[in-house]
Amino acid sequence: MTDQAVDIQLENVTKRYPGGRQAAVEDFSMSIAAGEIVVFVGPSGCGKTTTMKMINRLIEPSSGRITIGGTDALSLDADELRRGIGYAIQQAGLFPHLTVGQNIGLVPGLQGWAKAKTASRVEEMLELVGLDAGEFRDRFPRQLSGGQQQRVGVARALAADPPVLLMDEPFGAVDPITRGNLQDELLSLQSELHKTIVFVTHDFDEAVKLGDRIAVLGPKSSILQFDTPEAILAAPANDTVAGFVGAGASLKQLTLLRVRDIELDETETATIDERPADVRARLTAKNRKYALVLDNRRRPKRWVHLRDLNDGALSTVGRPVNDQVTRQSTVQDALEAILTEGGSVPVVGTRGEYVGAVGIDTVMETVRKLREEHDHG
Amino acid sequence: MALWTYVTARWQSLLMDSYLHASAVVQATLLAAVIGVGLGVAVYRSPVGSAVATALTSAILTIPSFALLGLLLPVLGLGVPPTMVALVLYALLPIVRNTVVGLNGIDPAVVDAARGIGMGRLRVLTGVELRLAWPAILTGMRVSTQLLMGIAAIAAYVKGPGLGNLIFSGLSRVGSANAVDLALVGTVGVIVIALLLDGGYVLVGRLTTPRGIRD
Repeated sequence: MTDQAVDIQLENVTKRYPGGRQAAVEDFSMSIAAGEIVVFVGPSGCGKTTTMKMINRLIEPSSGRITIGGTDALSLDADELRRGIGYAIQQAGLFPHLTVGQNIGLVPGLQGWAKAKTASRVEEMLELVGLDAGEFRDRFPRQLSGGQQQRVGVARALAADPPVLLMDEPFGAVDPITRGNLQDELLSLQSELHKTIVFVTHDFDEAVKLGDRIAVLGPKSSILQFDTPEAILAAPANDTVAGFVGAGASLKQLTLLRVRDIELDETETATIDERPADVRARLTAKNRKYALVLDNRRRPKRWVHLRDLNDGALSTVGRPVNDQVTRQSTVQDALEAILTEGGSVPVVGTRGEYVGAVGIDTVMETVRKLREEHDHG
Repeated sequence: MALWTYVTARWQSLLMDSYLHASAVVQATLLAAVIGVGLGVAVYRSPVGSAVATALTSAILTIPSFALLGLLLPVLGLGVPPTMVALVLYALLPIVRNTVVGLNGIDPAVVDAARGIGMGRLRVLTGVELRLAWPAILTGMRVSTQLLMGIAAIAAYVKGPGLGNLIFSGLSRVGSANAVDLALVGTVGVIVIALLLDGGYVLVGRLTTPRGIRD
C-alpha cells in the first residue's frame, strides 16, 4: 500500500467502440502531477467520463498507454488495479443491502485487511468525512440524506488509502448548499491527504473551485484548454472555452483571490471617545471626507462623513458598519460587502481589529492587472 | 357427518398424500429456481435474450397441463418423472421473469460502483446483484409454488404422487358413496397446503431479505 501520491500519464489514449464510426475519445494525452486535482469539464457526451473510466479500466482503451506512478495500468489485473484507485460517483452508488460501515469496509476487505483493522479504519473514515461513527456505522444507506450518502461514498473511496481518486460528478445530485459544503470538505481533506484526484463535472464553477488545473474538453475528449483556473478565466483559449466559462468570468476570478492577496487601502480612523472637532480638523487637513470610527479595542463601529462631525458624540453620528471582511475572505465577498457598505469595506484581523480597508477602485485595479498578466504571460 | 368420519378413518393416508403433494411442489420449485435464476442471469444483460427467454417460458405455460402430461407420458412413463418435469417447466416462467426484472431493476450506479472499487464479475453478481434481486426472485418462486399446487393435482393423471389421486378417484366414481367426499377432501387439502406454503414464504422472505432493502 502506498501513501505517497503518484502521477498519472495518459499517452495517445483512444477509445473506439465496435461499430461506432467515430472514436469516443481520440488521441488523448495528459500528464497529471502527483497530489494535484485535475478537473475534466465539458458538455455532456464529450467523453470526459469515458476518459476518466479508462484510467481504472472500467472502460478498456482501444489504444494508447496509461501509467499510474510509472506502472503500466494495462499490465495489471483490472480488479486489482481498481482496488488501488478510489472511485466515487454521482448518487454515491452505495450498496443498499449493506450498512454504512460495511460499505466503507468493502475495499479494505477485498484487499484482505484483518477485521479489527478494517473496523477501526471505518470509524476513522466516518470521522474524516464528518459523520459520527457511533451514530452512522450501522445505518443503511436509505436512512441517510443525499449529502450524507455522498460523504459515505467519499469515505468508501478513501477507505483503503488509495493514492489516486477518481470522482465522477460526485456532488451532482445534492442541493447547492450541501454541494458547497461537500466541496469545501473535499478541499480541506485534500490539504491533509494530497491524493492525485481526477474529478469530472459539467459545472464550470465547481471546476474553478476545486481544480488545481482544469481541462476543458470538447468533442471526442479533445483538450480545448488545460491550465489553472485563473489562467482560463483570464484568457480563455478560444470562443468555445469562453462560452463554457460563461458570463461573469471576472466575478469568478474574484472568487479565486483572497483579500490578503491584494494591497489594502488606508482609511482615516478615529477612536470612539475622540472629540468630533478633532476628527474634523484631521480630515480637513488631509483633505478626506470619511473616517472610520473604532471602539477601544480597535474594532470598526461607524462610518462618519465630514458633515456629520458637529455636536453629537462619535458613538451616535454617521452610520453603523454593517459588513466587514477578513484577510481570508475572497475578493468577491469583499466586492459584495463594498456594494452594501458603499464605496469601501473594513478589513479586520482575527480578533476583529481593524487592519485596513478595500475600496471599489482597488477591486477594479486588481481585475485589470489579472487580465494584463495573463494576456502577456 | 360422513365427511368427518371419512377423514378420521383415513387420517394416515391423507397425511401421506398431503406430504407427497407438498414435497413434489417444493422440490419442483427449488429445481426451477436453480434453472430459472441461471437462465435469468444468462440473459438479463441482453434485451433480445430476455425477451426470448420470457417468451419461451410463457409458451410453456400456455400448454394445458393435461396435454403436457400426455405428451410426456410416452417418453418418461408413469409416476414421478413426468410429474416433476411438468411441474418444473410450469414453474419456470414466474422465476425467470422475476429474475430478469429484478436484476434489471438494480440502480446502474450501484453496479458501476461495485466494478469501480474492484469487485470481480462473479463477486458483483453474487454479492450485490443477486442479493438485491432476491426479493423479486423469491416473489417469483412464491407465484410458481401457488401455480404448481393446482397443476400437481392433475399429475395424478400420470399416476403422480399427491392429493390429485383423491380428487381423480372421487371424480371417476361420481354417484357412488364417498365420491364427493374424496374429491372435496383432496381439494381442501390442496388449499390448506397452499396457504401453509405461502405462510412459509412470508417467513423465508423476512429471514433472507437484507434489512437495508426490506420494506
